Amino acid sequence: MTLLRTLRVAIGALLRNKLRSFLTVLGVVIGVAAVIAMVSIGEGAKARIAQNFENMGTNMLMVHSGSTRTRGFRGGSGSLPSLTWGDLEAIRDEVATVRHAAPFVSASAQAISEEENWQTRVSGTSPEYFDIRNWPMALGRRFTKAEVKSKAKVAVVGKTIVEELFGDGANPLGRTVRINRIPFKVIGVASEKGSNVRGGDSDDVVLIPVTTFMAKIQGGLQNRIPGGIFVSATSQGVTGRTREDIEALLRARHRIRPGQDADFHTHDMAEMASAFKDSANTITSLLAGVALVSLLVGGIGIMNIMLVSVTERTREIGLRMAVGAKPRQILAQFLVEAVTLALIGGLLGIAAGLGGASYLAGRFGWPLLIRMDMVAVAVAFSGLVGVVFGLYPARKAALLDPIQALRYE
Amino acid sequence: MDPPLIEVMHLHKTYDVGDVPVRALRGVSFRIHEGAFVAVMGASGSGKTTLMNILGCLDRPSAGSYRLCGSEVSGLGRNQLAEVRNQLLGFVFQSYNLLPRTSALENVALPLHYAGLSGRAAFEAAAYALEKVGLADRLRHQPSQLSGGQQQRVAIARALVTRPRLILADEPTGNLDSATSLEIMALFQELGATGITLVCVTHEREIAAFASRLMRMRDGMIVEDRPQTPASPLAPRPEGREEVAS
Repeated sequence: MTLLRTLRVAIGALLRNKLRSFLTVLGVVIGVAAVIAMVSIGEGAKARIAQNFENMGTNMLMVHSGSTRTRGFRGGSGSLPSLTWGDLEAIRDEVATVRHAAPFVSASAQAISEEENWQTRVSGTSPEYFDIRNWPMALGRRFTKAEVKSKAKVAVVGKTIVEELFGDGANPLGRTVRINRIPFKVIGVASEKGSNVRGGDSDDVVLIPVTTFMAKIQGGLQNRIPGGIFVSATSQGVTGRTREDIEALLRARHRIRPGQDADFHTHDMAEMASAFKDSANTITSLLAGVALVSLLVGGIGIMNIMLVSVTERTREIGLRMAVGAKPRQILAQFLVEAVTLALIGGLLGIAAGLGGASYLAGRFGWPLLIRMDMVAVAVAFSGLVGVVFGLYPARKAALLDPIQALRYE
Repeated sequence: MDPPLIEVMHLHKTYDVGDVPVRALRGVSFRIHEGAFVAVMGASGSGKTTLMNILGCLDRPSAGSYRLCGSEVSGLGRNQLAEVRNQLLGFVFQSYNLLPRTSALENVALPLHYAGLSGRAAFEAAAYALEKVGLADRLRHQPSQLSGGQQQRVAIARALVTRPRLILADEPTGNLDSATSLEIMALFQELGATGITLVCVTHEREIAAFASRLMRMRDGMIVEDRPQTPASPLAPRPEGREEVAS
């Protein structure tokens, strides 16, 4: 008996009990659909995270003040600013793989326009910051180095500030925002960045020249940077080396002996991105694992129905044996039937899974990412489920005694 | 002279049912030559069904020898027995044993599929076999659309399709009315005339009368074995008399 003939017999037998075959297949459909949808969702979430980091600039590094030790007492992180303006210049000039370095200091403040007021974060920085963050202007321009030098009272605002202070769609260029009673002229609106990796609003910002910030908002210590330094490496590949070079440079400048705790911290986005991706991967594999279990349950359903089918068709099996079917041909017939059921379930499951994934992707605004390897794994796995759970009933059929099978009522 | 088609010597079959072994066959010996039409009669429990199962290579004897076409088959394994059944034997059962919801043509082609014959050749041979049993116009009908006599004809066509040396019929008319029974027996006689050997188990004297040799069994032994002049069909086979079962 050829495989094609066996397949035809199997399909004929399955079509004879359409509803039963469909219900049997449903378990596998749900299992496969769940695997495909879960993995697609996981991939979509991962891509979204990667996109968020991309928005922040993946070749970006940050240097923050660490804990300081004053006469034996260790303060908390950033308790006393340890970074100096000299450190900033050294990073910019002495580390070969640094493209840009910008100071970043910020404080919470009430921003007031003619119509409204709004609690936001005001940050002082230099023009390079916009390059490091990969952050173009939607309207107007960023402030210049000359404006930083002259402590100009100019501000770049985010989209949220425009909405809260001037109303939706208003053009705030040239208008005034008061911060701590000091009037700042709006010269630019930064393009929309959406939520940041922590879920906060990246567009709820007012950015002013760092010198103006130090003089008018911050006050106090003027020789230290009471915040951090944003650095961009010349390429994504060298962020790790850049980070090491910066650490070595600052340890030398701060006279920290080998083995001693540094009074600053460095972070790079690649490291954070991979941490986020790792957790997304963990969740994806967890969900896929749960989905695989449901596929297994589908397999048990197939086994159950195949056992019923073998019992129901005992006489048919006896007759087939009488006219010359060998045990392995009977085995093949029922095995092919089980695998056909499982594979039909797998294919329907792929369709349902892709449908579900694209619905969810649309709903959450994630990119729809179909991993073809997962589709292949799902098909292979459902076929395997058919073989594993079909083998026992098929063996049972093959081992029937033809005489008893022929007499079976 | 050619070796006999069937040669059984001191055939024994003992079943272990519970504590007491049941001796279904107790030393049966006979020969059947090619082209014979043998009727096996006997009360139920006389061992005739056991004998048929062994002759049909569905079962193996506990002791003794069974030579089919000159070669010993009593020691063969399941796969080899399946091949013997497929190539040398044809079965006709009391309850027809057709596959339900499967056309007459496909039912008849079934043994050919197991013989490794593929699609078209198998269906052509099946159509030819159905023609020989007078069902050329019923190829696409399913068993439920055929009368009992027609179903048994399909079963006979299925037994014939592999051109076997021996056809074994187990109460082939048991489910049929007497007129249809006679038609079926007439068909068997026609087949016998073409050289096919037939062994038919029955408990009806009128049916056994069609055979050229009568064996009678009792308590696992053959108590009578004699040639007889076969009865001729009482009436010529009427065409189209069978009605399609509703």
